[in-house]
Amino acid sequence: MIGLSHYLVISAALFSLGIMGVLTRKNAVNVLMGIELILNSANINLVAFSKYSAGNISGQIFAIFVIVIAAAEAAVGLSIILSMYRIVKTVNLDRADTLKG
Amino acid sequence: MDNNLLTQIVFYFFAVLTVGSAAVVVFARSLIRSAFALLFTFFGVAALYVFLGADFLAATQMVIYVGGILVLLLFGVMLTHKLYDLNLKSETFQVLPAVMAVLCAFGILSTSMLHTRWHGGGQSPAVPTTAVIGELLMRDYILPFEAASILLLVALIGAAMIVRRRSE
Repeated sequence: MIGLSHYLVISAALFSLGIMGVLTRKNAVNVLMGIELILNSANINLVAFSKYSAGNISGQIFAIFVIVIAAAEAAVGLSIILSMYRIVKTVNLDRADTLKG
Repeated sequence: MDNNLLTQIVFYFFAVLTVGSAAVVVFARSLIRSAFALLFTFFGVAALYVFLGADFLAATQMVIYVGGILVLLLFGVMLTHKLYDLNLKSETFQVLPAVMAVLCAFGILSTSMLHTRWHGGGQSPAVPTTAVIGELLMRDYILPFEAASILLLVALIGAAMIVRRRSE
C-alpha cells in the first residue's frame, strides 16, 4: 500500500538532488533548474500531507501559491542572468566575481 | 487486489521516472540534456499529484511548469550561448563536499521522516477538486490570491526593467 512515507522519501530525494545542482553547477541556468527541483519537492510534501494528514485540500492551495512564486522567480532570475551575460559575457558563476575583494 | 498491485507498479514507475530524471538534470554534462530531463521530472511530479488526488494541481503543473517555466529556461540557455557554440557544457565544481553534504541531508531528512509518527487524519477521498479550489481561492484565501497577483505583476515589470537596454 502506498503511504505518506513514499511521497516523503521521493520529495527528500528531489530536494537533495536540487541542492546538489545548486551547489555544484557553474552555469547559472542550471542552478535555476536545481531551485525548480527544490520547489517541486516542497510541493509534493504539501500535497501529500494535505491528503494523508490534514484530510482537506488547503495544502493544494499552498502548492498553487508555490507554483506562482516559482514562475515569478524563474522570470526574475532569468532576466538577472541575461543582464549578467550582457555585462560579464558569461553565465559561469565563478567568473562573476566583481564584488569579491 | 490485482488492481492494487497495478497501482503500485505504476506508482513506482513514476517515482523512478521523477527521481531518475532529476538525477539526469543534476549530473548531465549538456545543458540541453538537463533541460529535457527536467521536462520528465515535471511530468513525473504531475503524475504523483494525480496519485494524490490533486487533479487540478496536476494540470496546473503541466501547463505552468512544462509550458511556461521550462520554455523560459530553454530561452535562457539559448540566449546566453552563441548559436555556433555546439558544446553547451556546464562545468561542475566543489563536487566532493557537495556530495557529502547532500548525502547527510538526505539521510537526516529521510530517517526523520520515516521515524516520525505523523498525525494521521482521515484520508480525503479522490474527488474532483477544481470547484473546491476555486471556491477556497475566492473566499478563504482571497488576500493571498490578490497578493500573488500583485507579486506576478511586480515580477513581470521588474524582469522587463532588468533586461532592457539602457540608452546611454
